[in-house]
Amino acid sequence: MSGPSTYVPQNGFLRWFESRLPIIGLVHSSFIAFPNPRNLNYFWTFGGILAFMLIEQIVTGLVLAMHYTPESSMAFASVEHIMRDVNYGWLLRYLHANGATMFFIAVYIHIARNLYYGSYKAPREILFILGVIIFLLMMATAFMGYVLPWGQMSFWGAKVITSLFSAIPFVGDSITTWLWGGYSVGNATLNRFFALHYLMPFMILGVVVLHIWALHIPGSNNPVGVEVKSQKDTLPFHPYFTVKDAFSLVCFMVVFAYFVFYAPNYFGHSDNYIEANPLVTPAHIVPEWYFLPYYAMLRAVPSKLGGVCALFGSILLLAFLPWLDTSRVRSSNFRPVYRAFLFLFFATVIGLGYCGSQEPVGSVVVWSEILTAWYFIHLLIVLPLLGFFETPRKMPASITEAVLGPKGASAAMVGARAAAEPSVKG
Amino acid sequence: MTFRTTMAFRLVLLAGLAASPALAQENENPLPEKQAWSFAGPLGKYNTAQLQRGYQVYREVCSNCHSMHFLSFRNLSDAGGPSFSDGQVKALAASYKVQDGPNDSGDMFERAGRASDPFPQPFANEQAARAANGGALPPDMSVLAKARDIEGAWYSFLLGPFSTYQEQGVDYIHALLNGYSETPKGFTLPSGKYYNEYFPGHAISMPKPLNDGQVDYSDGSPKTVDQYAHDVSAFLAWTSEPKLNQRKNMGFNAIVFLIVFASLLYAVKRRIWAGLHDVSGTPIDHAAE
Repeated sequence: MSGPSTYVPQNGFLRWFESRLPIIGLVHSSFIAFPNPRNLNYFWTFGGILAFMLIEQIVTGLVLAMHYTPESSMAFASVEHIMRDVNYGWLLRYLHANGATMFFIAVYIHIARNLYYGSYKAPREILFILGVIIFLLMMATAFMGYVLPWGQMSFWGAKVITSLFSAIPFVGDSITTWLWGGYSVGNATLNRFFALHYLMPFMILGVVVLHIWALHIPGSNNPVGVEVKSQKDTLPFHPYFTVKDAFSLVCFMVVFAYFVFYAPNYFGHSDNYIEANPLVTPAHIVPEWYFLPYYAMLRAVPSKLGGVCALFGSILLLAFLPWLDTSRVRSSNFRPVYRAFLFLFFATVIGLGYCGSQEPVGSVVVWSEILTAWYFIHLLIVLPLLGFFETPRKMPASITEAVLGPKGASAAMVGARAAAEPSVKG
Repeated sequence: MTFRTTMAFRLVLLAGLAASPALAQENENPLPEKQAWSFAGPLGKYNTAQLQRGYQVYREVCSNCHSMHFLSFRNLSDAGGPSFSDGQVKALAASYKVQDGPNDSGDMFERAGRASDPFPQPFANEQAARAANGGALPPDMSVLAKARDIEGAWYSFLLGPFSTYQEQGVDYIHALLNGYSETPKGFTLPSGKYYNEYFPGHAISMPKPLNDGQVDYSDGSPKTVDQYAHDVSAFLAWTSEPKLNQRKNMGFNAIVFLIVFASLLYAVKRRIWAGLHDVSGTPIDHAAE
């Protein structure tokens, strides 16, 4: 996606076409010739998996939208119509609902990999911030999608989350009324959520294009965190990474299929099979699992406005990570102290998720408060200070050295000259 | 190394959570017992005879109060369901009177039911249903088995994904139907309520619906409350998830295909990457090719 392409058109038509619209060259330089660090591990395959999940969600969502009715007295019945009367409607709906879950599993792994290997550091700050924007858009899309079946959890989840905006001083109530399109969550709310739920995936798609563009300027980070120094450090995207990504994707699809076919309602809430009823509040309102850590933070702060600030702050703060982390060493493999703190941070998020799933009584409240505090302490205090106090381990001189050892690196240099011989390994 | 560190942190976290008493909440209601459902597990399928008996229990007992909005008579002959013959379903539907219309002169009229008609409603509206049931609304039964769940132990979220057993809602319905007992001493039951061990709060508005010998099975199955409860719970599992047979069958094929495909891709990946991890490894210079 950057620089002139090395693509050479094979025939007259392609030369004619390429000189007018160089799109084949663009694809060639982005997904065929694109040099990737040779030492990427399987955590780097989640970008491709996420691209697949986005397309899968758009395709299944498109077909579902053909059968769904965004009207508050018919929405629940139209979902049951999809489950019962539409050909393979049950499959489409379970793919779409569990697809959201798998999308979030993949994005959390993708983010965790980013944090572990310090991929957000220079020169990939914009790439990272675009990722945070995609994450925010994903959360908004998933939230609105969960409202559409118009079950009890849909309705009350929408009520709780949209009511958050009423915490804004002075204009909060007006904003909430404006969001609802009325004085409570109702048909107008459902209608606009459907429209926005249809729109936002395409906004995500647009930012994803920017994300990939921004990736292809500096290229991928790698497990060692040393920048690519020569062509030896890289392998062309095709066939090396296409086949690796494909293998990883199919393994991911096995897990996806397992949930779709054998535990399709595992990630859902049984109350969402009860039609929305504004007069009956469920005993225990919980959001989808991927929002639980943020939900715990929301409830941990005693004031409503404070809770809302913690909720949004926890995500917006991520955008400042490139500057909050003062260490110049990227990979946690060479930062033993940071690595310990990072695993503590992961445990904090998982712990918050658990607290979010429980009723806020007794020790759940205390734990939520401790973990929320730690979440912010980690980002605002531990990260900036660690860069000054930590002594990183010795890093390899290059990616090739990291893969093959110091001897291998020089041997590979010799080997590179003999590379023209094609029959090294079959 | 990395893996061990992760596990250590997780274990510390989990130990911390386990130590706090509020998280290991005592469940006020006993946990419904797991039943041996024919449709549980990766190769599960509905038992046609059981669904037919379950429909009989629904029709003779439950349907007096509980509606089933999303089902029509025609569904009773669907593959993977009770699989009554088309003739049986037509005859069954015809035994009901259905209001239709308006006709050309603007009048509503009554006709015999057709297979395409939805199940008849026991009450004209919610208010009528509440008035007839001491203020309580009998829930619609179409997706009831998926709308009920059992809250497991605090660690169940870790085990859940690895279990293909998703029949907690069906277990709950079965337990509830068997859960009527004498009000224990010290429990004050509000008037018009009945004591049920498994119902949250124990005071349920529905009187004990099933009694031994109440439904006359023609296939020689035992005419006991437990048998009725099993059959009608299985029937409700089908009404809430009518495509389960198709889903599990397709899932088995899909997963076998994906595993074979993944294995082939892994072999191809190994071959393409061969030699790149050791000293002799040299990437092919595609630009020079």
